[in-house]
Amino acid sequence: MSLEVFEGEIFGLIGPNGAGKTTTMECVEGNRVPDKGTIKVLGLDPRRDAHALRQRIGVQHQEAQLQKRIKVWEAVDLWRSLYDRAVVDSDALLARLGLEPKRNAWFMTLSGGQKQRLFIALALIHEPEVVFLDELTTGLDPQARRAIWSLVTGIRDRGTTVFLTTHLMEEAEKLCDRVAIIEHGRIIECGTPAELVHKHCPERAVVFTSDDANVAQRMARVGVVVGSNGNASMYTIVGAGDDFVTDVINLIAREGIRVRGFRTEMPTLEDVFLKLTGHGIRD
Amino acid sequence: MTPRFLRGFWKLTWLETKIFTREPMGFVGTLVMPLLVFIALGRAFSLGKPAVAPPVDMPFNAAILAAVLIAISAVQSLTAIISIYREGGILKRLRSTPLSPVTIMGAQVVVKLGFTVISLALLVLAGKRLFPGVMQVNVFSFTLAVLLGTFSILSLGFVLASLVPTARFAQPIGALVLYPMLALSGLFFPVARLPHWLEAIAYVLPVTHAVALMNGVWDGSGWSAHLVNVAALLILFAVFTAISTKVFRWE
Repeated sequence: MSLEVFEGEIFGLIGPNGAGKTTTMECVEGNRVPDKGTIKVLGLDPRRDAHALRQRIGVQHQEAQLQKRIKVWEAVDLWRSLYDRAVVDSDALLARLGLEPKRNAWFMTLSGGQKQRLFIALALIHEPEVVFLDELTTGLDPQARRAIWSLVTGIRDRGTTVFLTTHLMEEAEKLCDRVAIIEHGRIIECGTPAELVHKHCPERAVVFTSDDANVAQRMARVGVVVGSNGNASMYTIVGAGDDFVTDVINLIAREGIRVRGFRTEMPTLEDVFLKLTGHGIRD
Repeated sequence: MTPRFLRGFWKLTWLETKIFTREPMGFVGTLVMPLLVFIALGRAFSLGKPAVAPPVDMPFNAAILAAVLIAISAVQSLTAIISIYREGGILKRLRSTPLSPVTIMGAQVVVKLGFTVISLALLVLAGKRLFPGVMQVNVFSFTLAVLLGTFSILSLGFVLASLVPTARFAQPIGALVLYPMLALSGLFFPVARLPHWLEAIAYVLPVTHAVALMNGVWDGSGWSAHLVNVAALLILFAVFTAISTKVFRWE
């Protein structure tokens, strides 16, 4: 396995459970000894220079909790005391993460989303240069997940490099600047989500409904017309390439076809994953 | 610059103390249970009261039993906390901060020793009040003996914490190891009266030496007469600590 994460980007390691995402990440953090190979983080060796490195990175472990009865401010206060360069205003950090009202709450009384936000706060307390986030949104409802996404984007925009793992393709696509797809401990592809989709899944589809006659016949000139799901007036035209959608629109206009509904279906990272591995991410 | 292991040490110790007091069960079990045992036994054997009926000799020293119970409950509590922290990934989370492993464990030990001192203080106070004339012992010396014993038994707690598979087993396995140690300790009958093989076992158990030392301090024979026990407690501490650094699991 070989990969490089660039300064100031959100880099995602994506793959199914058990693919080796966490193992890889823990080796990079210096929390696990790799069997072989070399790792450099900020120019340091994660094992040999562990102490120096811990001052400069922030880590969020998957499924690692805190003391049940620790208060939010106590955890923040402890973490803050451990670093040479801690944020001046931890209250502002809590406020930014929406935890201000929970300052005096015990950890065990927080919701899943609040716990994750606290973990982010702890990982960011010393304004690290790189932050590691392992499966940060697993088990959260969609709303909390979106809130976390915007937090992570905010971290990147403040200049911190983010290295995260996820098994949610939607998350990877919306959040990551670059992703690496990992399976059985190997990286099978790496690039921006758009690049990967473009490279591996150029197919796209246009779906529209029309009551005009001979639509299928006429549309066959730009793409393959596939089944209409039993709905006689619904057409799906499949093609490839950046010009495909434009071609379809132009043809519809030229032919004067009256269209009631129109949408495009673009391939996603999920499709790329399916194509590269031959199975879905959750299989 | 503060030494590395001291970074966060007092903060973590104070935090763990507060967290411990927020859990009523553990708190009551550690502080109150040994005290209740002491008072109940003291009353049952009419400690410190002029005997109306022919005096019933107490077969063992209730204060020492209570002190050993304090030590044992500290060990049980340590074992339970460590296994809960491991299972919840709390150890893992603490470990990926600049906190050194020594600091993380040291804070727990200091909290336990602190509560041991408080329990002992309660015990002595209760003893002086309820059973006048019984607590003639040098409190400072006795406390020191209990602390040394607790310290040594706590190192066994780390070995136990490494062995228990999940937090659910911590309490029963702790009890299974610790209470037989108490039975063999010489508190209830002399170790010399045990069968030879049991006697041999008793001498490699820290509780035996802790009880011998406490008995010695209690009856006034003093520390110099029990240097062997002190040495044994220190050696056992070193051995258990060495074992636990080898077998301890952080996750």
